[in-house]
Amino acid sequence: MTGTVAEPAVTRYDPSRPPLARRLAAGLATPGGIVWVLLVALLVAVVAYNPQLAAPDQFLRLIARMAPVAIVAVGQYFVLVSGEFDLSMGAVIGVQVVLAGTLIGDDPSRILPVVLLMVAVAVVVGLVNGLVTTLLRVPGFITTLGTMLILSGLTFYATGGSAGQNPAEEFRVLGRSGLQLPIIGYLPWAVVVLVVVVVIASWLVRRPFGRLLLLSGDNPRVAHLAGSSVWWLQTRAYLLSALAATVAAILLVGYAGVHPSVGSGYEFTAITACVIGGVVLGGGRGWLLSAVAGALVLESLFTLLNFVGVAATWRPTVQGAIILVAMAVTVLTTFRRRRPPVREVPPRSEPGAGEGAPAPASQQPRGT
Amino acid sequence: MSGTASETGGRGTRSAAIARLRGGLGSTAGVYLVLLGVIAVAAVVVAAAGRNLFTPGNLTVLMTSIAVLGFVAIGQTLVILVGSLDLSVAYLVSLSSVLAAGTMAGASGGTVPGIVTALVATVVIGALTGCLVAYLRLSGFIASLGVGLLVAGYLASYYRGTTGKASPELAAFGSASVGPLPVPTLLMLVCLVLAVILVGRTRMGMHLLAVGGDAHVARMSGVRAGTPVVVAHALSGLCAGIAGVVIVARLGVGSPTVGEQGGYDLLSIAAVVLGGASLAGGRGSLWGTLGGILIFAVVDSAMGILQVNPFLKEVVRGVVIIAAVALYARRAAPLVRRRFTDAAGPAPAEASAAAAARPTASVTEGAER
Repeated sequence: MTGTVAEPAVTRYDPSRPPLARRLAAGLATPGGIVWVLLVALLVAVVAYNPQLAAPDQFLRLIARMAPVAIVAVGQYFVLVSGEFDLSMGAVIGVQVVLAGTLIGDDPSRILPVVLLMVAVAVVVGLVNGLVTTLLRVPGFITTLGTMLILSGLTFYATGGSAGQNPAEEFRVLGRSGLQLPIIGYLPWAVVVLVVVVVIASWLVRRPFGRLLLLSGDNPRVAHLAGSSVWWLQTRAYLLSALAATVAAILLVGYAGVHPSVGSGYEFTAITACVIGGVVLGGGRGWLLSAVAGALVLESLFTLLNFVGVAATWRPTVQGAIILVAMAVTVLTTFRRRRPPVREVPPRSEPGAGEGAPAPASQQPRGT
Repeated sequence: MSGTASETGGRGTRSAAIARLRGGLGSTAGVYLVLLGVIAVAAVVVAAAGRNLFTPGNLTVLMTSIAVLGFVAIGQTLVILVGSLDLSVAYLVSLSSVLAAGTMAGASGGTVPGIVTALVATVVIGALTGCLVAYLRLSGFIASLGVGLLVAGYLASYYRGTTGKASPELAAFGSASVGPLPVPTLLMLVCLVLAVILVGRTRMGMHLLAVGGDAHVARMSGVRAGTPVVVAHALSGLCAGIAGVVIVARLGVGSPTVGEQGGYDLLSIAAVVLGGASLAGGRGSLWGTLGGILIFAVVDSAMGILQVNPFLKEVVRGVVIIAAVALYARRAAPLVRRRFTDAAGPAPAEASAAAAARPTASVTEGAER
C-alpha cells in the first residue's frame, strides 16, 4: 500500500515492464522498502499495546509527536543524497526556538516579522554551510560541525542556558492544536505541516533539481560534465535542510517550549532515520519517503518501548542497535544483489565463442 | 594543445615535483604555520588585555589541557587514515573512566586491575566496531555511531552521576610533572611517537595507508584489507580508554558523561582534519594532528586567560575550525585533482600546470565539487 507511493508514477503501458505486484515485491525487498514493512509492524504493535491509539484522533496525535523528527529527516535527506552531512540542524532548531521565544513574546502582531527573520536566518545558515562546503572546499562534516558550535554557542550565550519565555499562543498553535473535523475527529496541525513538507519535498525530488542532486551525490564529476553547477545544487540542499530545521523548530516551540537545548541531537537522529530508510551515506542513493518512514520507525520504536516499560535511559542503545541491524541488513541484501552482474560480465561479452579474441581487442581502444 | 603539452613536459614535471614538495610540506608545515599565526594573534590579544600568554603557569595549563584530547585524536587519526571514522570515542572515554574508577574504588591494589579492565573493554569495543566496518562493510560513521549509542544507553542506565575513586597512585600520576611537562601529556607524546613509528615504519602502517587510500587497490595488491581497519579501530578504542584513565587520574572519580561533555568525538575529528588529514582516508599525519590540537589548546588558553564566556568559546572554536580547514582545503585540492586526472589519462603537464596556477585553478574548479 505504502510502497506504491515510493514508486514513480508511470501511466504509459510498457510490455517489458514487470507486473505491478512483482515490482512492489522487488521494491519491498530493498532497504528503502523494508522500512515500510517495519513501520507497519511497529505501528500495529504500538496500537496492540495501547488499543486507545486505534481511534483516528489519538493515532494522529501520535503521528504529530513524530512530525518534527520526520521533517528534520526530510531536510537531512537532501544533504545526505548530495554526499555531505548537516550536523548543524540541531543547533539551527535551538537558534530558531530561542529567536521565536524571545522576540515574539506576548505580542501576536510580531509573529509575521519574526517568522520572516527566522527564514532569513535559515537562508543565511544554509548559504554559509553550502558555500563554505562547495566553494571553499571544506568537508561538509567540518563546515557544519563549525556552524553547529557557532550557533549553539551563540544560543547558549544569549540565553545563559536557561529556559526562556514561551511565545504568544497564536504562534504555538501549529505545534499544539489542530482542526476539528467531522470524520477523523481531530487533525493536528503538525500532521498537516508534515504532509505539506513531504509533498513539497517529493515534488522537489522529482524536479530536475532533485534528479541532478542525486546525480551530483553519486558522481559529482559526471554531474559537472553534464552541465549542472554542482556547487549550487549542494548549496540549495543545505538551504533546504536549514529551512526544514526551521519548520521543525516552529512545531517544537508549540510542543516542547523554549529552551536552547530543544534541538540537541536532532541531527544524528535525522541521519539515523535516513539511514534506516535506506539512504546511502556518501550520496546518490535513497528514497525521500523511505527516509520519512525511517523517522517514523525510530519514533514508534521509542513509543513502543515506552509502553513496554523499558527505561528511557536505554533509548540510545535501542537507537544504536536498530542502526546496526538496519545497516547490516541493507549491506547484506544490496551486496548479494549487486555482485552477480559483475560476475556475469565475462560470459556476456563472448556471445560467439570463436570471436573471443577479436572482441576484447575491439573493446580496448574504446576503453583507453 | 598536444604539441604544447610535450614541449612543456620537462617544465611540467619539475613544477609537479615542486608542487608535490610544497604539498608534502603543506599538509604538516601548513598546520604549524597556522599554529604560529594563532599563537601570534593570541599573544597580541592577551597582551592587549595586559596579560602574558607565555607565563610558566599558563604554559603548564596549556600542556595539561592537550593530554586527553591528544590521546583521543591519536586514535582518531589512525581511524581516519584507514578511511573510517570513530564517533564512539566520547562514550568510550566515559566508559573507561567509570570502569577504571569503579574497579579501583580508591584502593592502592586496584590500580592495575582498574586500568586493565577499562582498556580491555574499550579495545574490545573498538575492535568490534572495526569488524563491523571491515567485514560487514558498514560505513565507519554508521558503525561507530551505532556502537557509541549502545554504550551510551548502558552508561545512562547503570550509572547515575560520578562513580568510584582513583587510587592514590593514579592520582599521583595525574598530578605529577617532569619539568614543565605534566606526566599524562608526556605519555601522550610518547604514544604519538609510537603511532608515528607504527604508521611510517611498520608493515601494518603501510597497509593502513594503502587501505585508506584505496581499499580495492590495496586488496588487489595482496593486502588483507580488513586487518588494518580492525587494528585502527582497536587502537582508537585503546587511546580513548587511556584518555578515560587520564580523566580519572585528574578528577579522582569516574563520570558517565565526561566524554560527551568534552565533545571528544567531534572535536577529535576536527583536530585531525585541522591537522591536514583527508576525511576520505589515506592522507594525513600524526604530527599534523598534534598541530591541530595545539591550535585548539592555544585558542582555548588565550580565551581562558581573558575569561571569555564558555559559550562564546564554542563560537570561537567553530570559527577557527572552519577558517583553518578552509585555508588548507584550498591548498590541497589541486593535489587531489591531479591523482584523478592521472588515472583518467590527460597529460600530467596540464594537471600540474593547473596545480601551479593554483589560485585561479581552485576558483574555477570550485564549480566541480
